[in-house]
Amino acid sequence: MSGMKNREPVLELTNITKTYQVKQGMFSKPKPLQALGGVSLRIHKKDVLGLVGESGCGKSTLAKILLGLERPTSGEVLVDGKEIGPSDRQLLARRIQPIFQDPYSSLNPRKSIEEIVSLPLVVHNIGDSASRSQAVTKMLDLVGLPERVRRGYPGQLSGGQRQRVAIARALVINPEIVICDEPTSALDVSIQSQILNLLADLREELGLTYLFISHNLAVVEHLATRVAVMYLGRIVEESSAADLFAGPKHPYTRALLDSVLTPDPSLSVPDIHLGATFPNPISPPSGCHFHPRCPIATDLCASKAPPHIQAGASHVDCHFYKKSADGLSLQPV
Amino acid sequence: MNDPILNVKNLTVDIPVSGGTLHAVRGIDFELNRGETLCIVGESGSGKSLTSLAVMGLLGKRLQVRADKMEFEGRDLGSMPQRQMQALRGDRMAMIFQEPMTSLNPAYTIGDQLCEALRLHRKVSKAEAMARAADLLGKVGITAAESRLRQFPHQLSGGLRQRVMIAMSLMCEPDLIIADEPTTALDVTIQAQILRLLADLKREMNMALILVTHDLGVVARIADKVAVMYAGEIVESGSAKEIFDAPSHPYTRGLLNCIPVPGKTKPGEPLGSIPGIVPSLIGDVSGCAFRSRCNQAIEACASTVPERSAGGEHKYRCIHTQLTSEVA
Ligand SMILES: Nc1ncnc2c1ncn2[C@@H]1O[C@H](COP(=O)(O)OP(=O)(O)OP(=O)(O)O)[C@@H](O)[C@H]1O
Ligand SMILES: Nc1ncnc2c1ncn2[C@@H]1O[C@H](COP(=O)(O)OP(=O)(O)OP(=O)(O)O)[C@@H](O)[C@H]1O
Ligand code: SF4
Ligand code: SF4
Ligand SMILES: [Mg+2]
Ligand SMILES: [Mg+2]
Repeated sequence: MSGMKNREPVLELTNITKTYQVKQGMFSKPKPLQALGGVSLRIHKKDVLGLVGESGCGKSTLAKILLGLERPTSGEVLVDGKEIGPSDRQLLARRIQPIFQDPYSSLNPRKSIEEIVSLPLVVHNIGDSASRSQAVTKMLDLVGLPERVRRGYPGQLSGGQRQRVAIARALVINPEIVICDEPTSALDVSIQSQILNLLADLREELGLTYLFISHNLAVVEHLATRVAVMYLGRIVEESSAADLFAGPKHPYTRALLDSVLTPDPSLSVPDIHLGATFPNPISPPSGCHFHPRCPIATDLCASKAPPHIQAGASHVDCHFYKKSADGLSLQPV
Repeated sequence: MNDPILNVKNLTVDIPVSGGTLHAVRGIDFELNRGETLCIVGESGSGKSLTSLAVMGLLGKRLQVRADKMEFEGRDLGSMPQRQMQALRGDRMAMIFQEPMTSLNPAYTIGDQLCEALRLHRKVSKAEAMARAADLLGKVGITAAESRLRQFPHQLSGGLRQRVMIAMSLMCEPDLIIADEPTTALDVTIQAQILRLLADLKREMNMALILVTHDLGVVARIADKVAVMYAGEIVESGSAKEIFDAPSHPYTRGLLNCIPVPGKTKPGEPLGSIPGIVPSLIGDVSGCAFRSRCNQAIEACASTVPERSAGGEHKYRCIHTQLTSEVA
């Protein structure tokens, strides 16, 4: 439609929180664990939003909420500007599909590839058996699997082939948004490169939008158009991939980029000077959650939560950044 | 130079399967000295985990393990009775498994499992064992260690479970640690921290480390030696510098082309790939197993392919002495 329409996000999260009750011992009362502490995100059509962050910071929880597998404790999920309520799960599932990390356990070993790929059509009551069979043919072709595998079973396929099956299954009902939770981290690099090339091609061909969760920053830099960095349930920095990798702002983002191990045998593993005081999500640090590990933290950081500073299409949550005079970029205080 | 802590010659692992025998590991050699790190990389299914498990004596009877030599500190592992092997395992040699959930017992707390690892081999009190467990959890970056010790495996995130496994392997200060993909599930800041920790412990305790990984960045940064496996064989081996600066086997070159390298690979451009799939290793296997995917293959690759020296300890197994062009 109009150019304006294109700038509307296809997916918008406002202030999502998620609290789990966790028991610590046999007799103690459950304590709240805030896995997400107010996450807001907007994803535009054909964006690839890379979501990176510490393990346990809430990435998969966010993915599960988007997929309708978990309910947020508070906050809104909007698809094309419309709020998605609990009763819209079917609708959500048709438009948002997942690709999970482990292609070995995410496919039912007793179902044939044809059954696996066509299952979403059956679940959503789409088409008859002839049209479903056609759809499977089209999908196998799209993800580069030979037609003969349709009668086969997951056990007969390699890891890369299984991940292709998972992708075919995710795409068979024409979703607009694909949530990839570490889609290549269980695969070796020759298979990883096939899958990444495939995801990039499919984005072009089908106009897909991705949320791409990964610990591999080289992969994120390669594929993402935007990047959001999470720490302990919050997004601490977000900007275009080019800006983020060229000029990381938040001290945690900088530590992440400094930890990337490029394949250079003349270098060793860097000491990134992050304290080892890892946060406990059940009793998170005061003020800025990152302050016990932050190399530039001051007393202010321990007492006061940092402001959310937005400039242009970037944001950072840190006491030591401010908007530039023209309001278009972020600069150190 | 003293004798190697681990010396393996012509190791094979054969697995009886419905269609015949799967030759999963096909005659591999490697040596490791105290204080050294060997990284094993290679195609999924190439036999990396089986090699690790064979050294640890953890393969079931159904799998046939043979070797001309498989010695740990001069003692033959192949002929060692199960009882002695068990005494070595967890004490002098420890393993960090690829899949932490399968190696933690869901019915026991983290603390109990860590203490058990130590008390099986050492006369220490439960309190002493708990103190060491808490200390090691702290070292692998787990806060509130005291309360974590009382938790069960399913209450931890994947990354936390993996760190518990790493702490468990360190309980007895072993001489050899074999780690199968130990940091894949972790974010890079923790990965860096754990790799530094392993490197420090290795130096302090003069330990040897075998690391199986798909992450070529990790390999480049911490390996003393690298072995590249394909279809059950080591197709290239050498120092990290030799492998990364002068990869000589077409498969190694292909691998290095597959990864995006910040600053070198342009965002969005297609990555290199290795088309085709690994051949079946069931039944007789002859010639170079990579030939179905190799763009340098010639007819002679179907017969026996020699191992060549590329200078010093750098070796590769290929028909060509000099490769004409880069593998795309
Ligand atoms: N069902 C649950 N019950 C209690 N706590 C949970 C549950 N699921 C997740 N958590 C906790 O919520 C936090 C966020 O977990 P999540 O799985 O989203 O992390 P993640 O960012 O995906 O981590 P990783 O990179 O290790 O996959 C963690 O502290 C985790 O222990
Ligand atoms: N118990 C078993 N029974 C039958 N086949 C097996 C068994 N264990 C391993 N294999 C097969 O042996 C080959 C080598 O397996 P291995 O687990 O050593 O691969 P790997 O190199 O560790 O791969 P990955 O990188 O995927 O972990 C594979 O083809 C695998 O399917
Ligand atoms: S607010 Fe303070 S502690 Fe937090 S990231 Fe910024 S400088 Fe570091
Ligand atoms: S022996 Fe032949 S097929 Fe094998 S790697 Fe060398 S050129 Fe390629
Ligand atoms: Mg996760
Ligand atoms: Mg393995």
